[in-house]
This record gives sequence, structure tokens and C-alpha cells, in this order.
Amino acid sequence: MFEDFMVNTWIAATLVAVVAGIVGFFVVIRGASFAAHALPLSAFPGAAAANLVGVNPLLGLLVFSGLGVAGISQLARRGRRDLATALSLVMLLGLGALFLSRTTEYFQAVYALLFGEVLGVSNADLGPVALLGAVSVALIVILFRPLLLSSVSPELGEARGVSARLMEALFLSVVALATAMALPVVGALLVFSLMVGPASAARALTNRPLSAMLLSGAISVVTVWAAIALSFISDWPVGLFVGGLSALTYGAGRSWAWAGERGL
Amino acid sequence: MARGEVLAVRQASVSLSGRSILKDIDFSLEAGEFCGLIGANGSGKTTLLRTILGFIAPSSGSVTIDSGGKLASVGYVPQKFALDPYMPMRARDLVALGLDGNRLGVPLPSPGRRRKVDEMLESVDATRFADQRIGNLSGGQQQRVLIAHALIRRPRLLLLDEPLANLDMRSVAGVVALLRRLSQEFQTSVLLSAHDMNPLLSAMDRIVYLAHGRAASGSTDAVVRTEVLSQLYGYHIDVVRVHGRVIVVAAEAEDDAQAAVAHDPVHVAQVP
Ligand SMILES: Nc1ncnc2c1ncn2[C@@H]1O[C@H](COP(=O)(O)OP(=O)(O)OP(=O)(O)O)[C@@H](O)[C@H]1O
Ligand SMILES: [Mg+2]
Repeated sequence: MFEDFMVNTWIAATLVAVVAGIVGFFVVIRGASFAAHALPLSAFPGAAAANLVGVNPLLGLLVFSGLGVAGISQLARRGRRDLATALSLVMLLGLGALFLSRTTEYFQAVYALLFGEVLGVSNADLGPVALLGAVSVALIVILFRPLLLSSVSPELGEARGVSARLMEALFLSVVALATAMALPVVGALLVFSLMVGPASAARALTNRPLSAMLLSGAISVVTVWAAIALSFISDWPVGLFVGGLSALTYGAGRSWAWAGERGL
Repeated sequence: MARGEVLAVRQASVSLSGRSILKDIDFSLEAGEFCGLIGANGSGKTTLLRTILGFIAPSSGSVTIDSGGKLASVGYVPQKFALDPYMPMRARDLVALGLDGNRLGVPLPSPGRRRKVDEMLESVDATRFADQRIGNLSGGQQQRVLIAHALIRRPRLLLLDEPLANLDMRSVAGVVALLRRLSQEFQTSVLLSAHDMNPLLSAMDRIVYLAHGRAASGSTDAVVRTEVLSQLYGYHIDVVRVHGRVIVVAAEAEDDAQAAVAHDPVHVAQVP
């Protein structure tokens, strides 16, 4: 499973895992897992739309997840974030249904967008994935302190001159970027599990914010590596293992914390 | 703004969603003064503090803060909010965010930063639980950490919204004594909201008493008097002092006024 044609897979999957784990740390501490679930789902019809007009699917993903971010932040100004997220999601999925019905692509392509195509990453795919990943991680590193403060309490942030609305918009934009880079590789449904599982486990394992973020990235990488290896050996879909292992790490993290609290 | 004043609120009125909440509020605070902002639920304490912070613009009048040339001129401890018990953050991390939480980039280990945080934790007697998760601390411990977060930049003005709510009597006395000491040590003016003035009586240099959107301010003895509070409420109020405590009661009043006072925990809680 380390043959030449697999090298790209390992590289792409590792990049995706690092980014999802690191961005996921903030998804989890901000309680934004619904947004992290909705953005990839609203973004995936973007790839179909891009096919329709004949541009790079990544562009379509970026535009659609950007629309998702704009929708969520605009609607959330006047109401709750979960409702804003749900509304943006259904609007974009509606558009998505239209675009998907117009494409001549066969069912397989849609399936790949939803569940990922981890075993078929081309050389040409790697560049954009690396670039978007680097931008996402750089943004998280730059925003780390104000975003952390605003996540603990938007009001404490405001009192220190950190605009809660700006932080929310920037945070969602980073999730959108991470989504666009990760979606073609692991699929719309599994980006979410990588953003939530490892970070939830990490926050149970350490008290330190920065360590928790790095640990989340590491757990995410191990999860993805193990998933690819298991998929290769068993010939079962990689998605099964990504999802299953994410849930497993989360469970393990919680048990560890539970045992720790009771001095076991 | 007069010399020595850190905060001047002048004839400030505030409306929210078209409703007038505060009318012609007028008071000032001098350096190092300890002031209680007293009022019942819904009297506008939080609104006034948020106006001073600049989160809400007054519809008329003005709020002026003399920053003394400092960038961090105001520290703020918001009304009780739930700290997520799963948040991976120690008490010391939250205090450090008070120092430079607005800066970009990840915090790099620095001895100077570490020393400042340690000193601040020591000042609020939080060294013992500095490395524990904030979400797992008790209410009183969390208050101390939040105070350290707000004070670490040595602001000239510290605003605290109901920091004594949900604390038992011993913790209340501890937090009040701590704030009194810190305000003198750092020459920080403290404006602290509470619905019960009693725990603050010995600490307060000044009181701002809110009722019906208006405020009376001055020394406790000058404000907490039958005539002054009756005028503020618009009906007769008795101020009774027993065993070193102040009790504010409505004597005879119209039905709705009576109801307002009866529903007002400030008054009810203190009727023996
Ligand atoms: N956004 C808003 N729009 C309209 N009215 C508001 C708004 N926010 C607060 N109010 C009203 O302003 C009044 C003062 O509210 P505020 O929160 O300042 O009171 P408070 O003294 O802090 O009360 P508590 O002791 O319960 O914290 C209340 O009657 C409240 O209903
Ligand atoms: Mg309030």
C-alpha cells in the first residue's frame, strides 16, 4: 500500500487531516459543529456547478462554501446561529439539486463528492490542496489568541477590542477554506467527522489550549492513516473507517477524562 | 472632565429598541474610588455598564473615560456567564488572555509574560488553582480568575457586573475585600453592580442607586435616605438600619408601586 500511485493519497490525506484537526479545535470549542457539518454539504454542489460551466471544481467548492459563510453570518446577525446555518444549508442544497440535475456526470461522481476519493488523488490535485491547507493553518495561527478569547466569551473579547462578529466571520471563512481543500479528498460527509472527532478527544486529554489544538491535528492524522491502511487491507470504503475511528477516538478521549476525574 | 476624575457620566440617556431604559444619569468616579451600582433586576445596571464600555451609544449626554494615556483603560467582568467545563483552558491561560488576548499569533513562552501572570494570580489568591481547568472551578474561584483577567493590564477603571451573585456569604466577603484591596493597590477605580448593597456598605466610597431608569449618586449616607430614595422611586420609601444592615421598604404605595417593590428582590430578601 505504499506503491507509487498511493504516494499522492498519503500526502493529500495527511494534509487534509492536519488542517481538519487544527481547524476542528475551534469548531469544537465554539460549539460550531453544525456549521462545520452544513458548510461541506452546501459546498459540494459547487463542484457540480463548476463542471457545468467548465471550470475547476475547486473553484466551485470555494464559491459555494463562501456563499454558505456569507449566508450564515448575515442571517445570524438577526437570529440564532443554528437557524441561520440551517436556512443557508437548505438554500444552497436547493441550488445544488438544480445543478446536479443538469450535469451529465454519472452517479459515481456525486458519490465521490459525498464520500471522498481518497484512493485516486492525481498530481495536479496536490498543489491546490497544499495551498489551501497552508492558508487555513496560517490563518488559524495568526488568529489564535483573539479567536480563543472570543470563543471563551464574546463579551470578554469585545471588552479587549476583539469584535465577536469579525471573529465569527473569519472563523467561518477558515472552515470554508478547509472544507474546499478537504472535500474532494475525504468527501462532504467526512470532513465533518474529522473536524469534530479528534478535537473532542484532544480537549479531554489536555488542559492547555495550544496543546489541545496540536494534539487534535495529530489524532486526526493518525485516524486518517489508520483508515487508509484498513481500507486498503479490507477493501471496504475508507469513509467507514474515517467515521468509525473518529467516533472511537472521541469515545476513548471521554473515557480517559472520565477515568482521570475519578483518579483511576 | 474635572481633574482626578477617571469616569464622567453626564446627563446620559439610553434607549434600547425604542424603549427608554436610562434617563439623565449623572455621576463621576475619581481615581481609586470604589463605587457600588445598586439596583433591582431590570433597573438598567448592565445597560449602564455596557454604555460605559462603549458597546451601547447614549441617545443623549456623554460618557468620558480618562485613559491617563493608557491603552487598556477599562477592565470588564461581565455578568455571570457559563464557562464551558470542557474548554481546554487553565485559569492561567485566561489570565494571560487578559494580558495580550487581542494580539495576533500563538502565545510564545516568555519569562516576562509568565511572571506577570503569576503575580496577577497571586494578587487574587488564585495561585492554588492556577493550573486547573476554568470550567471546573467554583463560582468564587472563577470570579477571582475573571478579576485577574480584567486587571492584569492595570486598567484605570474596572467594571464588574454582579460579581457577587451566586456566591455564598463567605465568598462574597472575600471578593469584596479583594476588590477593595486591589483598587487601592493599583489605584484602579471600581464600579461594581449588585442588587444588594449590604455586603458593600463598608467598602463603598460612593453609591449609584438606580431605580425607574434614574440614578441618585453620592456617598452611601447621602443617598440611602428616606427622602432621596422616595424621590427616586416616586413614592414613599423607608430606609431602615438594623444591626448594621440597610433595609429598603415601601411603606404605603399605590398598588402597582407596591407590586413593583414586592417583586423586587432587593427589598423582599431583606425584610426579616
Ligand atoms: N436589547 C434590549 N432591547 C430592549 N430592552 C432591553 C434590551 N436589553 C435590556 N432591555 C431592558 O432594559 C432594562 C434594563 O436591563 P438590564 O439588563 O440593564 O438590567 P439589570 O439591572 O442589569 O438587571 P439584572 O439585575 O437582572 O441583571 C430591562 O427592563 C430590560 O428588559
Ligand atoms: Mg444585569
